[in-house]
Amino acid sequence: MSAAPLVHRPSAAADVLVSRAHVLDPREGIDAPHDVLIRDGAIAEIAPPGSLEPPEGAERVDGEGRHLLPAFVDPHVHLRTPGQKHKEDLDTGTRAAAAGGFCAVIAMPNTDPVVDSAPILRALRDEAAREARIPVGFTPCITQGMDGAKLTEMAELRDLGAVGFTDDGKPVVSAGMLRLALQYQRMVGGVLALHEEDPALSGRGAMHEGVVSAMLGVSGIPSISESTMIARDAAIAGYEGGRIHVQHVSAVESVEAIADAKSRGVQVTGEASPHHLVLTDEEVRSLDTRMKMNPPLRSERDRQAIVDALRDGTLDCVATDHAPHARDEKEVPFEQAPMGTTGLETAFAALHTELVLPGVLPLGLVVERMTAGGALFGLEVPRIEVGREANLTLVDLAAEWVVGEDGYESRSENCCFAGRRLTGRVLLTIAAGSVAYRQRAFALTAA
Amino acid sequence: MTRRHLISVERDLDRERIERIVSLAGSFEEVAHREIKKVPALRGRTVLNLFYEASTRTRSSFELAAKRLSADVVNFAASGSSVEKGESLKDTVLTLSAHKPDVVCVRTPWAGAADLVAKWSGASVVNAGDGKHEHPTQALLDVYTLVRKLGALDGAKIWIVGDVLHSRVARSNILAFQRMGASVTLAGPPTLIPRGIENLGCDVRYDLDELRDADVVYALRMQNERIDQPYLPTLREYAERFQINGKRLHPRQVLMHPGPVNRGIELSGEVVDSPQAVITAQVEGGVVVRMAVLYELLEGARSPEGGGTRATTAGARDPQLA
Repeated sequence: MSAAPLVHRPSAAADVLVSRAHVLDPREGIDAPHDVLIRDGAIAEIAPPGSLEPPEGAERVDGEGRHLLPAFVDPHVHLRTPGQKHKEDLDTGTRAAAAGGFCAVIAMPNTDPVVDSAPILRALRDEAAREARIPVGFTPCITQGMDGAKLTEMAELRDLGAVGFTDDGKPVVSAGMLRLALQYQRMVGGVLALHEEDPALSGRGAMHEGVVSAMLGVSGIPSISESTMIARDAAIAGYEGGRIHVQHVSAVESVEAIADAKSRGVQVTGEASPHHLVLTDEEVRSLDTRMKMNPPLRSERDRQAIVDALRDGTLDCVATDHAPHARDEKEVPFEQAPMGTTGLETAFAALHTELVLPGVLPLGLVVERMTAGGALFGLEVPRIEVGREANLTLVDLAAEWVVGEDGYESRSENCCFAGRRLTGRVLLTIAAGSVAYRQRAFALTAA
Repeated sequence: MTRRHLISVERDLDRERIERIVSLAGSFEEVAHREIKKVPALRGRTVLNLFYEASTRTRSSFELAAKRLSADVVNFAASGSSVEKGESLKDTVLTLSAHKPDVVCVRTPWAGAADLVAKWSGASVVNAGDGKHEHPTQALLDVYTLVRKLGALDGAKIWIVGDVLHSRVARSNILAFQRMGASVTLAGPPTLIPRGIENLGCDVRYDLDELRDADVVYALRMQNERIDQPYLPTLREYAERFQINGKRLHPRQVLMHPGPVNRGIELSGEVVDSPQAVITAQVEGGVVVRMAVLYELLEGARSPEGGGTRATTAGARDPQLA
């Protein structure tokens, strides 16, 4: 009997009436104002706007002029637990997620120690059951010690609730090792999430190889370091009939490799990160270490390709790759700084501001892609449907805010969108039937 | 008052400021030929040399420049210091800033570090080399050397030959030469030419077949630390195709090199010793140009902006009379 895939700390089931909000759930075909009543943590009633009154003991949330969406699911976050709690922990990381409108996240295993054995996973899940504000799923390592040499005990880890496996932060360099993992997958299941990078091509690169890196004299990470590995791994997955998920796709050649594999029937999915959808290597000209992440911000042509791939479904979902680092770790010269940007608190607002408002992507598509990531790991998709557990986020699409001005819920502040004025703000998040976040300035009116 | 800096050619040096510094350097030239090689222009000012990379030549050039202007000089080298005990750049800069330097001249192996020093120190910052990014005083001394040799750079054809990939000198010089009106061609093996560099508006060649076109040949140092890496099959083959030697260098051409020279690799011994070579003039120019940079940062800032005003006050504050 396998353990449940998601863990969070128990909290009170919500009894809330969200009145007159514009409810949008592309999967349910809902795109109109409604009253939505949540009773005992579940969606009890969806009714015409203004028709419902909060029952005894329930709160009324004024949704007038706001949007009620299915809450987002992030299949790629770094919660830095165990061992790196000066960057983030399960409490602060899931607070940041809830503040960004997420109702579930999947945590990466490149911690200290790495999550590569049953005792570590068990302890981590126990901690999540005490601290996590929203449900968290875990993807332990593919290889022991994340060294790429020997498989982890994937069967036991699956029994303990592993939703998949990944050596994220590092590629599985050996094609033979990936093949073994894909063979073993037939027995244990669990998607293999792959950080695709050929270290022989990326070398000591610290940013995208292109015009800007040539100018700055900073060693470049060529786009082909990602795309050649994707092509290789898709070929292996196709041969073994295995299932892979490509993390944080950043380059036009990578999109082509995934589209090609999909057209051949390979079971491959891909994710796009808000920073790759919005920013380019032009941002690195300032050598601001918040703009340093792996894979790096690439050219405008690459960015366009990622946007197009998200639109046409070549890339299946949005994933933040939320990667907190402490201030002193990032307050160093660019080449010395660790890779990573935080992203949970800004993902929706950044995409809304930079892609939805200019008309590049429809809001419904962004909502669909931001809620799709969990299903790739076997998790349930949040839906606004009567009888479902409430996983909802209420957003004000007109609210403007400056990133970082009021601080962050995350323990770290290395956000690539810091200082940007964004439009669209999460006001309330209900995750797994409980209120997980309320924006401070957002007043709730009792019944 | 906002502190002024010299961190990159790209941001900090337009043609006007380059010309101002070159002309100021010319006025310091005479000091080097005095018996007492010192003027009191920066008396009471403190110049801190903060060097995270081994450098005898650049550091001593900055030191000499500061001393000839009567500034107090503190040299801080990363080796044998708190840096080896694990102190961060930020903490080192905050600590040294407590000594209230007026100028910090900083060299590090990291692009952008001079900007961080400027952010943390409160002093004027001169970038003495940040990783493979920029080395603006080298570009200034090269422009100075060429202006003295050729009169002006307008229309000059300058070839920069060798390891452009790892060269901060190349990056700063491409920009400075272009801003002074020269056209720049880069030549070297494709493994040592960074992808995208042609976007700076320079020509890229993988041979020296048309080197005769050049008015100036600027050879880059083949850095020993690169030899272990697979950028080149052998140094022999590099020298065979890209060495500047007597057969390739025309008597009309000016030969430059940032030093230290690897004789027999990027340059043959004969051209180093030839009359076309201005390599020692570059070193000499380095001191007066750095004097000009320090003076311009500390005293130039006092003059109100605007050419007319500066012209009328310049005489009163002639550095040699100060």
